[in-house]
Amino acid sequence: MSTPPNPPERDRSYHPEGIDDAFSGDPARTSATAETAESTGPGGTAGAPQLPQLGGAGMLRFAWRQLTSMRVALMLLMLLAVAAVPGSVFPQRGQSPAAVAQYMLDNPTLGSWLDRLGFFDVYASVWFSAIYILLFISLVGCILPRVRAHFHALRAAPPRTPRRFGRFPARGGYTVAADEVSPDDVTAAAEAHLRGRLRWLPRFRVVPATESSGARVVSAERGYLRETGNLVFHISLLGLLISFGAGQLLEYRGQAIVTEGRGFANSVVDYDTFESGALFQEDSLEPFSMTLDSFESVFRITDAKAQDFTANVTVRETDGTSRSAEIKVNHPLSQSGAKIYLQGNGFAPDVIVRDAAGEIAFAGPVPFLPEDDVYTSQGVIKVPDVSTGEQIGLVGFFLPTAEITPEGARSIFPDPINPALVLSVYHGDLGLDDGVPQNVYQLETDGMTQSVEEDGSPVTLVVGRGETVDLPDGLGTLEFAELPRFVALDLRHDPSLVWTLVFALGALAGVSVSLFTPRRRVWVRASVQDDTDGPRTVVEVAGLARGDDLGLQGEVDALLAHLPGYEVPGTPDPSPLEPRPSMQEPERPTDEPR
Amino acid sequence: MNLGEISDTLVWGAATAYTIAMIAFATDLSRATDALGQRKAQERTAPKAATVSVSTPSSGAAAPGSAVGVIEGRRASKALGIAMATMWAGFLIHLVAVVLRGLAAGRVPWANMYEFWLTGTLVAAGLFLVLQLRRDVRFLGVIVSFIVVTFLMIAITALHVEADGVQPALRSYWLVIHVGVAVGATGVFTVAFAMSVLQLLRDSRDNGSTLLHGEGTVVRGRNVAAWKVMNWRFLDTIPTPVALEALSFRINAVGFVLWTFTIIGGAIWADGAWGRPWGWDPKEVWSFVVWVVYAAYLHARTTRGWSGRRAAYFVLVGYGCVLFNFTAVNILFSGLHSYSGVDRPTI
Repeated sequence: MSTPPNPPERDRSYHPEGIDDAFSGDPARTSATAETAESTGPGGTAGAPQLPQLGGAGMLRFAWRQLTSMRVALMLLMLLAVAAVPGSVFPQRGQSPAAVAQYMLDNPTLGSWLDRLGFFDVYASVWFSAIYILLFISLVGCILPRVRAHFHALRAAPPRTPRRFGRFPARGGYTVAADEVSPDDVTAAAEAHLRGRLRWLPRFRVVPATESSGARVVSAERGYLRETGNLVFHISLLGLLISFGAGQLLEYRGQAIVTEGRGFANSVVDYDTFESGALFQEDSLEPFSMTLDSFESVFRITDAKAQDFTANVTVRETDGTSRSAEIKVNHPLSQSGAKIYLQGNGFAPDVIVRDAAGEIAFAGPVPFLPEDDVYTSQGVIKVPDVSTGEQIGLVGFFLPTAEITPEGARSIFPDPINPALVLSVYHGDLGLDDGVPQNVYQLETDGMTQSVEEDGSPVTLVVGRGETVDLPDGLGTLEFAELPRFVALDLRHDPSLVWTLVFALGALAGVSVSLFTPRRRVWVRASVQDDTDGPRTVVEVAGLARGDDLGLQGEVDALLAHLPGYEVPGTPDPSPLEPRPSMQEPERPTDEPR
Repeated sequence: MNLGEISDTLVWGAATAYTIAMIAFATDLSRATDALGQRKAQERTAPKAATVSVSTPSSGAAAPGSAVGVIEGRRASKALGIAMATMWAGFLIHLVAVVLRGLAAGRVPWANMYEFWLTGTLVAAGLFLVLQLRRDVRFLGVIVSFIVVTFLMIAITALHVEADGVQPALRSYWLVIHVGVAVGATGVFTVAFAMSVLQLLRDSRDNGSTLLHGEGTVVRGRNVAAWKVMNWRFLDTIPTPVALEALSFRINAVGFVLWTFTIIGGAIWADGAWGRPWGWDPKEVWSFVVWVVYAAYLHARTTRGWSGRRAAYFVLVGYGCVLFNFTAVNILFSGLHSYSGVDRPTI
């Protein structure tokens, strides 16, 4: 009944002269495509290259047509992929400014050139931006005409039935006595089958007609969603870009280091660092505040691997009510449209420094920043407010589980089993009074002198929890009183995120629908022809698909099986449930806008 | 012997089975060429000669002249039977190894580089076997089993780490979704890659490549290198480039959708864990590159002058980027995705 249309002469060619996805023999359409093919300019299939005679407007139109052509879009896509790579090879300012500075130190000449060319900030560089902006202009130029065309196609009837079915890739047919089955019976059954059971969601759009010869025909088309999905995908990408851009302008983000028992308020001055987009307004911060009640960490005893981190906080809302909440890794706290992330944690030894006069010169927790998996932490204690004598600076390490040997001290476990401070002592001028901002985690030793032992080696203080030691040179005493934890919190507010998600899911849905919805046209013709046995109803069915469609013959066969008077051929297929062998035309290459 | 060690032993077993399958597939292809000539002669005398499916557990549904089969029915070859049987055996052992690995670690078995490859190769082998249930793609067997064996061996020898729990940053249901889909996509891309390689080889041979006719390399009419590794005649027994291209596209389309989902899922997770959906971390950069290359492939397919051969090159480049993303990016670059469990070489 139907042979797999896979003629050998087609096998070798990727560009078969097949049947276009259009009305066959429509002269208007044919000439239009030919025109487009020629006007796409150099490199096209048109004969010898000729320089076009172009004025200013013509030049612009030429440039626009080039930009919106598929070939240029393809080039831009490839460029985009290549241009993204340096951002993974070179350190990036946005991700690791310290690594960029180090790179510049190590390679001064190369570094300065790379910096000038934007290689340390690839994704904000002129060339990267140029590529994606051109790509998106190209995309807009492509989809606008396609949206219009698709809008018309959605309201158009399926194409009329071609005169001959011989060239179609999927065919079938049979004859039956006309007094048993009339052409009207055939077309009625075909319509019912093609429309499907769901009245509100027809499988095919179906148009019955009668030809001038008297033959009854049905033309049907399905798969309009294929192009809809395609357009939704591309529009969603555009929306994604816009919502990212909007997010950059509207977002704000603050970091705060909070020790147990203390808190912070959602205001710009309360954050250690604060960044915001150009359109952010300071009064849009909701004035809630938060206290860190406790922080718990769990480490595995065998290999010190982190198991769990939990910060328990109390949030005081703007209306005065308060609530308890938990922040974990992977589980940020949502508050006033913002999210608060647990980004880091460590120990903040609570120390009391008494000066030479015995007065309390400093008291409070000092965050020591962890440097490795066993929380070897580095920190500085600055004591500017002494009542007598020189200012004091203490710099060194905090070790949660200290193992002290003659060679030195090190931490062997991240939990505070045997906590100790290992500090060097400086005295002199801390340099805090000359108005230059200082890093709180670094000691400016220019105006200071390090305390040394009698043999000239530096003094190293080792202080356990609850211990008090004398500072050298009669500077006073240091007491290591308590050991609260601190957490590094990161608060981020980006009002565009929900749109980013919507468009991302739109793109996913669009591309899935577009790639997996078959676009098919099916035609049925039923006519009465006189035969030796009397009048017989001759039924022909043809199918056409856009692109590769391994299920097209199956569609035609299923339709035939639902038509009255059709008998399944005597030699049954060995496995009728399988997709029938049929090779369709590859999707016809075009250089038209997407 | 604990569960993790049993799993490791089974991985060796699976690799052995796949190797046997690979050899058997290769043997079959080398014999297929001779049989092709004989069968053509037979078909001339008896056009509807009965075609018998190979009686392996898998190939019951291999219909004569299936969609991509250019040969009217593969004969029942002993080598092919052995190949499919050992491939299935290897897959089942592999599956048990992966399940045991998950049980040993108490989580999904794809949280470090070793497990990613372990599961990725399982998906590739499984996809090949599932495709085979629907249409005859046994010609892919050599190349799929070769890739699977290679990656499995690298994984167990160089990347292996003890089965263990994960750090708090990975303790999220997104580990199941995001990484799971990424593993799936990688397996899917692998099979499509194999398809495109064969498409290019067949196309080159059809277009008279001397190298692929076993006549060495010819430059300007002169034979500059007379290497004759094999006669490549097996290429005549596989489907046409057009058929291979169509199938490769269908598989790549699935891979592309999965990859899109991987990126979106990753962005949602990143927003929950790191406070931003996208931050150009090296892994994110390369995921983006992979996505753009496959997007370019989908566009190239429908662009005049870029369909066919040139589009297939995109698949090769795209798969290269996929591999780079799961190998070099883990080892060379430091980033937030440093979960490989393999110590980075100190530079």
